[in-house]
Amino acid sequence: MGLMDKGLTSAIAANRFGLGARPGELAAIGASGSEWLKAQLRDPVPQITGEGLRSSASILAQIYDLRRTIRAERRRVAGAGAGTDAGAAAIGAFNELKQLIRPVYLAEAGARFRQSVATDRPFVERLTHFWTNHFAVSIDKGVLVALAGSYEREAIRPYVLGNFTDMLLATERHPAMLLYLDNELSMGADSRAARNIERRNAQRKIGINENLARETLELHTVGVDGGYTQTDVTAFSEVLTGWSIAGPQGWWSGAQPGTFLFRAAMHEPGSQVVMGRRYPDRGYDQGAAVLRDLARRPATARFIATKLTRHFIADDPPAPAVARVAGAFVQSGGDLPTVYRALIDSPEAWEQPVAKYKSPADFIVSAYRGLELPVRADKAPVGLFQLLGQRIWGPGSPAGWPDRSADWDGASELLKRIEWADAVGQRVGPRRDALQLAAQMLGGVLSGATREAIARAESAAQAVVLLLAAPEFMRR
Amino acid sequence: MKRREFLTTGALAAGGAWLSSRVTFAGVAHGSKPRLVFVILRGALDGLAAVPACGDPGYAELRGDLALARPGTAGGALALDGFFGLHPSLAFMQQSYAARELIVFHAVASPYRDRSHFDGQNVLETGYPEPHAVQTGWLNRALAAIPARLAPENERGISIAPTAPLVMRGPAAVTSWSPSRLAPLGDDTLQRITDLYSHDALLRQKLAEALAAEAIADEGAAEPANAMRDGMRRRPLLAQRGKPGAQYAEIVKAAARFLRQENGPQVAVFDTTGWDTHFNEGGANGQLAVRLAALDGALSALKTNLGPVWNDTAVLLATEFGRTVAENGTRGTDHGTATAAYLLGGVVNGGRVVADWPGLSPRKLYQDRDLRPTLDLRSVMKGLLAEHLAVPPRALESSVFPASREARSLSGLVRA
Repeated sequence: MGLMDKGLTSAIAANRFGLGARPGELAAIGASGSEWLKAQLRDPVPQITGEGLRSSASILAQIYDLRRTIRAERRRVAGAGAGTDAGAAAIGAFNELKQLIRPVYLAEAGARFRQSVATDRPFVERLTHFWTNHFAVSIDKGVLVALAGSYEREAIRPYVLGNFTDMLLATERHPAMLLYLDNELSMGADSRAARNIERRNAQRKIGINENLARETLELHTVGVDGGYTQTDVTAFSEVLTGWSIAGPQGWWSGAQPGTFLFRAAMHEPGSQVVMGRRYPDRGYDQGAAVLRDLARRPATARFIATKLTRHFIADDPPAPAVARVAGAFVQSGGDLPTVYRALIDSPEAWEQPVAKYKSPADFIVSAYRGLELPVRADKAPVGLFQLLGQRIWGPGSPAGWPDRSADWDGASELLKRIEWADAVGQRVGPRRDALQLAAQMLGGVLSGATREAIARAESAAQAVVLLLAAPEFMRR
Repeated sequence: MKRREFLTTGALAAGGAWLSSRVTFAGVAHGSKPRLVFVILRGALDGLAAVPACGDPGYAELRGDLALARPGTAGGALALDGFFGLHPSLAFMQQSYAARELIVFHAVASPYRDRSHFDGQNVLETGYPEPHAVQTGWLNRALAAIPARLAPENERGISIAPTAPLVMRGPAAVTSWSPSRLAPLGDDTLQRITDLYSHDALLRQKLAEALAAEAIADEGAAEPANAMRDGMRRRPLLAQRGKPGAQYAEIVKAAARFLRQENGPQVAVFDTTGWDTHFNEGGANGQLAVRLAALDGALSALKTNLGPVWNDTAVLLATEFGRTVAENGTRGTDHGTATAAYLLGGVVNGGRVVADWPGLSPRKLYQDRDLRPTLDLRSVMKGLLAEHLAVPPRALESSVFPASREARSLSGLVRA
């Protein structure tokens, strides 16, 4: 690797693969950056627990109940005619709904943030965030504010050190994804449910919603150049009809409320051809079979390898590294630790320090880790993430957050980072030795110019600002 | 705050990027500088919802429950030209149309013909026929092509966003600005960071741009930046969520503040999202109606905030593609092809709908599902850049919109 003598290996391992060095971390890594990373892959992924963390199912079930109360009350008021006041039950339910969602988000974001700042397996944590961003949902859609955190805990985290196929199945059938990409009401035109509806009400339009099928192909598996057509999107949408969520009662129930439910009555009958393969109608298994095949396609291996390589090595991923990682994906049948090891073993990963411009989340988390900033038990700095342009679980689209320098290096964005660094410096500067911390956080990538600027700072507070604003701290 | 004093000295040390732009701004003649605002509608805005073809017999038939009633009926579309209407949420747009300040382009599409948001937005922003051809945007390249004698060379454009969207990235010096709730830096710290960045080309340039934008923002602000920030600090976190109107108010105010400056940027860009209506799209009321009303309100506020500068301004709104003509299975619409685009402002030669209408009968649809494109969006963009910003025609064909010869520039978009 050639860099180990200069303290660059540990800086790359801790800062690019990890979440930013905590004091002592670089020394502990020493010259064995790749071993340090591989050791993190051995034990199961740490699960996050904590006060206020609930299952998606329990949250959704409660939301369904409250919505039902509100609807019933609306019907009652409408039936009673004008001038009737909305009942206390409706107002109470409405307030309860509002008060339910945001505290759940804050508890989840807080638990995730604490884990990011405190973990001694930061590579695994970064991988978790990578996959959540790959299978992105967004709090742009109201109900996801309540579900994004439990989605990550239930559908991403347990699979980060497992097999890609399992993670794919877990995400596509998770209620958060079904709601985010609008599949829970998608109905086959020739399904039993559709025929019943047609008999009762010929006006109502019945059919599929393509959103989940399209984004699964484009964003989660083979990628936009993966070789599918509109016909494949339509057929796959038919396959996924019936992938839905158990509701609280009546026709909508059928499983524990708020959990995945395959609704055979909404499923389009018949076999479908997706990307050249015919899938007989085996109900839920038809969709599972398509997903399993998509996971095994070489295009998926290439797509995932490109994204991983871009995230961990460089904006323009070096072709040999992509090929190596994709090869590991194919040969291992999507065994993710094998894929990660191929990434770590790519010499390109160790050639160029500070190759990536930090995203706002990277910047915040690495500052908290490096300076050991206090984290309040009950809340994450969600406002800070928003201000710097990267709300927790809030990408602007199903594609997730982008991953190139040009996506994050904006002028206004930079100034805000520095302004926040200034606030941090004023808060903690007097109790920090920035010069000593600079060596602990940046190791071999700390430049003489930065060291000198910190040493000459007019105050301890200003020294912290210069450390956080330094070009080598803006990158990883 | 004494940022301006700092800038004249501090930025000199940083290489003079700020100072040179300042000097060239000052050289522009007052009053008649053309302004352009480009609003990106991300998520594929349904053109048949915003601008319903009420006069087409296929419209009500294929749209089903999503169809808007004809103008003049309760909850119906607003009247435009007898054939097309406007969504009832778009009252300001209708006024602009009546004032001959709005052109609607319909059955328009970029050259992109697949249905990925992300590739579609890439084509919309790069101006190339294929996605991911380059990492620069057509608007930036257009700014780079404007002859120096017509406009100052630096700081021609601003993105009201933390980081410039792709359409504004490229060789021309542009900046970005977004509201901050943080306190501004002291001059000494700023000077030291500027020095620290002297050997880092990217950070040096970005910091200089940010400070230039801040200085303009301060100049144009009725109240000083500090007071503005204190006001923002009191707002609840995530205040931008939920109410679509609230998120635009700040953006529009900022855009107008920059564009009003005699020595400020002449082009501003901002993003809007939330147009991907797969589920419960709604008709005259509902989800999309609320978002359209917010957008309409933002445009109205932009006009108000621009004051007399509105008369020098053209606002172009475009989305990556349209949506299916028919309703899908969840009372929404899926990804489609052609849609509508909108050009409004005091300089716009408006009061018309430009469309070679392909018709909505089933056999006229594109791939049996979408509105068929009959107008290339690049024709609109090229015409606007040529007439309004004086981008040379040769540059339009070579560097701004390569391989766009079949998309001939539209003429007569702005008042002579």
